[in-house]
Formats: sequence, structure tokens, C-alpha cells
Amino acid sequence: MQKTSNVQELAGIAKQIRRHIVEMTGAAKSGHPGGSLSAVEIVTVLYWDVMKHEPANPKMADRDRFILSKGHAAPVLYAAMAECGYTPVETLTTLRQLGSIYQGHPDVRFIPSLEASTGSLGQGLSLALGIGCGMKLDGATSRVYVMLGDGEIQEGQIWEAAMFGAFHKVDNVCAIVDYNKLQLDGFVKDIMELEPLADKWRAFGWHVIELDGHSIEAVQKAFAEAAAAKGKPTVLIANTVKGKGVSFMENNPKYHGVPPTKEEVELALKELA
Amino acid sequence: MPANTKYELKMGAATREAFGKAVAELGKEDPRIVVCDADLSKSTMTTYFAKEFPERFFECGIAEANMVALGAGLAMTGKIPFVSSFSAFVMTKGFEQLRTTVAYPQVNLKVVGTHSGISIGEDGPSQMSIEDLSLACNLPGFTVLCPADEATMKAAIRWAAYLDGPVFLRAGRVKAPVIYPADYEFDFSKAVQLIEGTDVTLVGTGLLTAECIKASEELAAEGISARVIDVICIKPLDVETLAKAAKETGAMVVAEEHLVDTGLGSRVAQALASTTPAPMEFIGVENCYAESGTPDGLLDKYNLRAPAVAAAARRAIARKNG
Repeated sequence: MQKTSNVQELAGIAKQIRRHIVEMTGAAKSGHPGGSLSAVEIVTVLYWDVMKHEPANPKMADRDRFILSKGHAAPVLYAAMAECGYTPVETLTTLRQLGSIYQGHPDVRFIPSLEASTGSLGQGLSLALGIGCGMKLDGATSRVYVMLGDGEIQEGQIWEAAMFGAFHKVDNVCAIVDYNKLQLDGFVKDIMELEPLADKWRAFGWHVIELDGHSIEAVQKAFAEAAAAKGKPTVLIANTVKGKGVSFMENNPKYHGVPPTKEEVELALKELA
Repeated sequence: MPANTKYELKMGAATREAFGKAVAELGKEDPRIVVCDADLSKSTMTTYFAKEFPERFFECGIAEANMVALGAGLAMTGKIPFVSSFSAFVMTKGFEQLRTTVAYPQVNLKVVGTHSGISIGEDGPSQMSIEDLSLACNLPGFTVLCPADEATMKAAIRWAAYLDGPVFLRAGRVKAPVIYPADYEFDFSKAVQLIEGTDVTLVGTGLLTAECIKASEELAAEGISARVIDVICIKPLDVETLAKAAKETGAMVVAEEHLVDTGLGSRVAQALASTTPAPMEFIGVENCYAESGTPDGLLDKYNLRAPAVAAAARRAIARKNG
């Protein structure tokens, strides 16, 4: 893989990842396309621009780490890891099939270069903080990135972890809330309102950055600000659109856990040409 | 143990005390040892470690779910984390984290649940863990240990630290009778035969092992030769030693300070049913929550004492001969 900070190049990679997500979930006939599409720019900027990592040396001691706490968005992570060279691109469409390394939710038993097995919501922030604390004991300068779903932060454990992170000043951890405003049963505001979300994190002692999660420049700038913030962990509240990039999927709760049909895949790929 | 061993059962330290001292000692030797606690360090005795190594001690506050997953994260940077709280809390409030974030990816985390069983006494059932062995055994890949005394716990902590994989260790609040000499060399893959016997086998774990020893003395006075086995490692279970005992004595009693339906007894029964079936009797907490009281008073009232074990032995022998 070739790392880059060039916005056009990153946008091109993001489009390719979107195409993979549509093809994978379409082929699998199940999975979570909406919340994968909303996270594309963030994941792309992390893997191609921000994070220190080497696909040829996945356990490199001083690597930065990414944990997809919202494990149901596995397709975005698989697509990014495959494009980086961690895993094969050609088998991405075996997603969710028996024997595939591309399990329904990330599973380290099948892909050892994954940082964590996730899927049960609410746990990734605690894991990230534990890794952050371990790195600090070692005097390492690496950073830990953890992506949370907006619905996910309804879990109580997230707020246990939020208290811990600020209290213990785990400033090498950066959480990202993929705030796409939709969850399985409908709009977040109708299921369990999170607002005022930024105030909540601030009250818990975190450095908060609100941004447009689909603007590559804004995402780059936010990660730079997060790395410079000392003495407290940072949370990016990334305003995103569920299903982003595919017109008929955008803001449509249906595509939380329903894949596109064969015809919809073709239509989507035309839009993403 | 040598066949002529006499068990005086003098009171020794509580297994939680032994844990606290052992993990602090280990911390001196190995900088990878880290400890997490959830506002109970003065009770779980991780306070010794916290005082000695404040930078490697993570106070998590009263938030067990976060503590378990945080410990998993520490393990993922090569640390050897011990997370500890009352067993009633860490194994229930932390269970889903133990399942998905520790057992499923086989993270190298060590969990120590203290104040197990009903012998914690006055605090009552909300603090009593009577289901922790069952929960721990429901985590594939976990090694589950229930040491009976100070020497066992001390050795078990050291062994667990360097075992590659997740471990649950069960500790008690009250002082525990000394069974093993301080320099005993444990082989945790084996159940330990403490007393030779030919008529019945008394299988104990934790505090109930000492009760089995006392029961064997009571039975000896009646001319009944009772073998006593201490099961330290609940999972994986040493089926070979247990099957040999079932074959040679033909009657079994399993005694534990745990719900009788789902603990060591059920594991032994399952193992023997498919190898060497024998009449079996079970001593444990019978489908109920206990109450406040002195530890001794509770163990008496809930039939977790030597006389109950001896009575169960007589029933098992009667069925064997009937």
C-alpha cells in the first residue's frame, strides 16, 4: 500500500472501499451496509494517512491500533484491510460464508492481524483504554483509535470507560463516534436520544471535536488535533450519513442490517463508478 | 500426598490474603504483572500490590464490566493482568465481557474472584458467589482453579500467571485450614489424593476439602475407609484420578461451597457417567440463596460441614451395596 495525505487520492480509495462494501453485503445477502458506508472516510484516513502500521508486519511493536467497536460494520474494515494488503481482496465477497476469513463480525481467530474480536457492543472503548494504559507503561508513543457506533454508546459500559479514560488521563486513545443518527429500530432520537452528546463527553472529561465525518480534510484535521491534545483522551463526534454514497441507502434505516439486492448492487455500483 | 500424612488443619491465611501477597511478590519479579480492581482492593487484598506498584495498579472504580475489558486491553500489549473483585460481581457484571472479549479471542487475562461461597458471612446473599464456578466453566478455553488453602493459592497464582490463556481463580474471605505444607510442589493438572481409602471417595474443593478430611476421620471411626481427593483445577478436570477412585471405591461424594446443580459435582458426574459410573451424592448449596450470619453458623445451617459429607458417604455406600 502507498500511504498518502492527498485528498483526491484518499477520496478515490474511499470510493473503492464503498464499492467493496456494496459488493460484499450484496453477495452475502446479509450484513450491515449502512453503518459501514457511514464510516468510510474515517477508516480510509486512518489506514492510508494517520496510522503507523505495516501490512507486511502486522504485529509491529510500535504500531498504532484500530479497534472497530461497532463490529457489525465489519465490511468497511475488511475492505480497508484488504486494500492495504493485510488480507486478500479477491475473497472479500465470501463475507459471512462458512469457512470465510471474513466473518459476520471481526474475529481474530480468522484474521490474526485484526486487533480485536468485536460484535457485542459497548466493549471496544474499555479495550482501547487498556491498550493505551499498557502502551504508556512501556513508554510507547503509539496511539489507539476506536470507532463506536452512536447507538452503541447507549451501553452503560461506554460511560464506565469514559470516566476511566479521563480520570487516568489516557491521552493516547482517540475514540470516534460514527454519528449517523440511525440504529436498527429507527432514528437514534426516537430510540434513545443521545443529545446533548458533545456536552456529555465534555462533562466526562474528554477533549471533544465535532466534525463532518465525510469531509476528508475535516477528518485529517481532527486526528491531528486529537494527537496534540495532552492530559485527556479525545473523542471525535463525526456527523455522518448512514448509507453514504448510495442515494437510495442514505438516511434509510432499512439498510442498517439489510443488504442491497442484486439490482440494487448494480445501481449502487453505477453511482460509485 | 504421602499416605501417612496427618492433617492437623490448623487455621492459615484466607485464600484472598494469599492471592494478594502472591501477586505483590510476583510483581517484584516481573514488570509485566499488572492489577486492576473495582474499589475493593482492601478486601480482595490487591492493596499490597497497589502500595508497592502504584503505576501498575489500575483502580477502575465500581465498574466491573469496564475493568474486565480494560484488563483484556492490557493483556493485548503483553502485560499479565490480574483483575479482581468479589466473585459475585466480577463474574456476573463482567460475564459478557469475559465471554466476548476474553474467552472468545482467548486473551491472556487472569481473573480472581474473592469472597466466594456463603462463608463470607454477615454481608449476606447479594455478596455471596454461589454460581461463579459454573459461570467460569461456561467460558471455553478458561482454566478454572479453586484453591483450598494458602499454599495452594500462592502456587496457583504463580502458575496461572505463566499459563498462556485465560484463568479464573476462586478465593474465599475467611481463614482457611492448612492442608498442604508451604513447600508442596503442586501439579495443577492433577487432582490431589490426600487420604487413601477403599470404601468411598470424598471429593472436595475450596473450603469443603478440609470438611472432607474431617468426614473421613469420622467415617474411619466407624470402620469406613474413605479416600479424599482435593480438586484444585475444576477445568480442565483430572478425570483419570476421579475415574480411578470411582472404580476402586465404587461410591463418590462431591462437596463444594457452590450451587449443587451446576458446580464441581455436576462436572464430576458427567465425567464419571461416561467412564466409570458409581453411586454419587452431592453436598452444596441447594437451590437457594443463603442469609446473613457468622461464616461457621452459615456452613452449619446450610449443611456444608463434615457431618453432612459423612452422611452423604454412608448413603452412597448403601446404594453401592444395595
